[in-house]
Amino acid sequence: MNEFKLKILDLLKEDARLSASTIATMLGADEADVSAAIAEMERDHVIVKYATVVNWSKVDDEKVTALIQVECTPERGRGFESIAERIYLYPEVKSVYLMSGAYDLQVEIEGKTLKEVASFVSNKLSTIESVIATKTFFILKKYKQDGIIFEEFEDDQRLLVSP
Amino acid sequence: MITNQQTRGKASTGGMDRYLSAGARAIPPSGIRRFFDLVSASKDSSIISLGVGEPDFVTPWHIRDAAVYSLEKGKTQYTSNAGMLELREEIAGYLSKQFHMQYEPENEIIVTIGGSEAIDLAIRALVEPGDEVLIPEPSYVPYNPITSLGGGVPVGIETFAKDGFRLTEESLRAAITPRSKLLILSYPSNPTGAIMSYEDMLPIARLVEEHDLIVVSDEIYAELTYGSKHVSFASLPGMKDRTILVSGFSKAFAMTGWRMGYACGHPELIGAMLKIHQYTVMCAPIMGQVAALEALKNGMDEMYRMVESYNQRRRLVVQGFREIGLDCHEPQGAFYVFPSIESTGLSSEEFSMRLVRDAKVAAVPGHVFGTGGEGFIRCSYASSVAQLTEALERIAQFVQQLK
Repeated sequence: MNEFKLKILDLLKEDARLSASTIATMLGADEADVSAAIAEMERDHVIVKYATVVNWSKVDDEKVTALIQVECTPERGRGFESIAERIYLYPEVKSVYLMSGAYDLQVEIEGKTLKEVASFVSNKLSTIESVIATKTFFILKKYKQDGIIFEEFEDDQRLLVSP
Repeated sequence: MITNQQTRGKASTGGMDRYLSAGARAIPPSGIRRFFDLVSASKDSSIISLGVGEPDFVTPWHIRDAAVYSLEKGKTQYTSNAGMLELREEIAGYLSKQFHMQYEPENEIIVTIGGSEAIDLAIRALVEPGDEVLIPEPSYVPYNPITSLGGGVPVGIETFAKDGFRLTEESLRAAITPRSKLLILSYPSNPTGAIMSYEDMLPIARLVEEHDLIVVSDEIYAELTYGSKHVSFASLPGMKDRTILVSGFSKAFAMTGWRMGYACGHPELIGAMLKIHQYTVMCAPIMGQVAALEALKNGMDEMYRMVESYNQRRRLVVQGFREIGLDCHEPQGAFYVFPSIESTGLSSEEFSMRLVRDAKVAAVPGHVFGTGGEGFIRCSYASSVAQLTEALERIAQFVQQLK
């Protein structure tokens, strides 16, 4: 990945709605080059999606999120790939990571109620053959996600005019 | 007894200024302050301010955390007058690494309460009544009143947009008289964003030598240059002993409220400044010193990240003003643009007042920065991209309506 693309990603990661022309101005680059680089990264799935970070706790329709540590037996030849796939294809699964340490996969589940999440774990996750054990941890509050702090800070605290 | 009460009573009903020293009476209130009062009085939360002379970043957390931890550990004492030796050593190492300047931590560096105190100390230690102090303008405001306060005579030297607001050999030569003693250099410049390269400063250094001047070089924005690395005036041939280098942590490390600065120079000059410093403030606050130490030890990456971000916004704002049709020389340092508003036919005062009132954007009128500032406004780009974009749109509309 060249430096130019990294700089574009740095800007987009903060604000996905920045236009190619604004990015070009900010980097002192050509708009056409920026557009081409973005198109290339979209094609290569470097840029996967322009999603919105939502603080769901502010939305009436609240969600229940849990992190589940999954221990499982890897398959000969394919390791954890196919187990991970069987898990991540469920729409209620928000993220899946292969971990080093005491367990193998970390799975993030989102549901409407505690019951819904519990039933997913017992009916869908634990029943997968190679899954040996699961530990479920419910998330009580999100303080920061993807580098973005959810707590509201005071606005700009600077004096309006200063030397 | 009765007479005393009568005197006090009389005094409290007015006429207190008869107690004031001539110096305090003579210095004008800051023009920026006046504009601040005006903007603040409107209490309009929709105003976007480009008038702020400080970073929009909060001090990086590791620096704040270091200060909090030191408080927990009970670090609440005086430090040595010149500042903690460990901090002075770190400053020496930093200046050597960044700007190739060698200073002895023991007797050539003093830690001050912001760069502001260092400027005050330097001028107080050097200027006698009648001495002329050469100040390239438009410039940061305090040099002039501090000079006057000590009986010195400030001599503004106008610099021009066509020269990129650099001080030129010709204009300096023209301003020098037998009474000239001190030259103030302040590059990268607040308010113009101008910088001076090694080649730009070489003829200045020759004149300084020729006329036996001494220089206070305020390099508080040294880290905030774009495209070329800052050159310290003290690093020019023969200039180290003639220069008091003033800098600090406010701008580079987003630490304005900590009030941490320093001055470096010849031991005899720093020694004289230290005398004044020990009687007036004793030492800079210890929690600020601890924070500054952390900034130098572990804050460089974060600092470079902030500089990169200023640079991106600088390009955005320069481009914005040019699209609006206001001439804007490209600033290569600090975080200000200084566009010309001459084409609108308004004075900078009138332009700024109307801009706040009609477009809800605050920018500082150029004339408060001294001679050569009329016809310009100072806009800080230390604001979010969203705010800058909105402000530029409002200014564009405002200028359009003037036509």
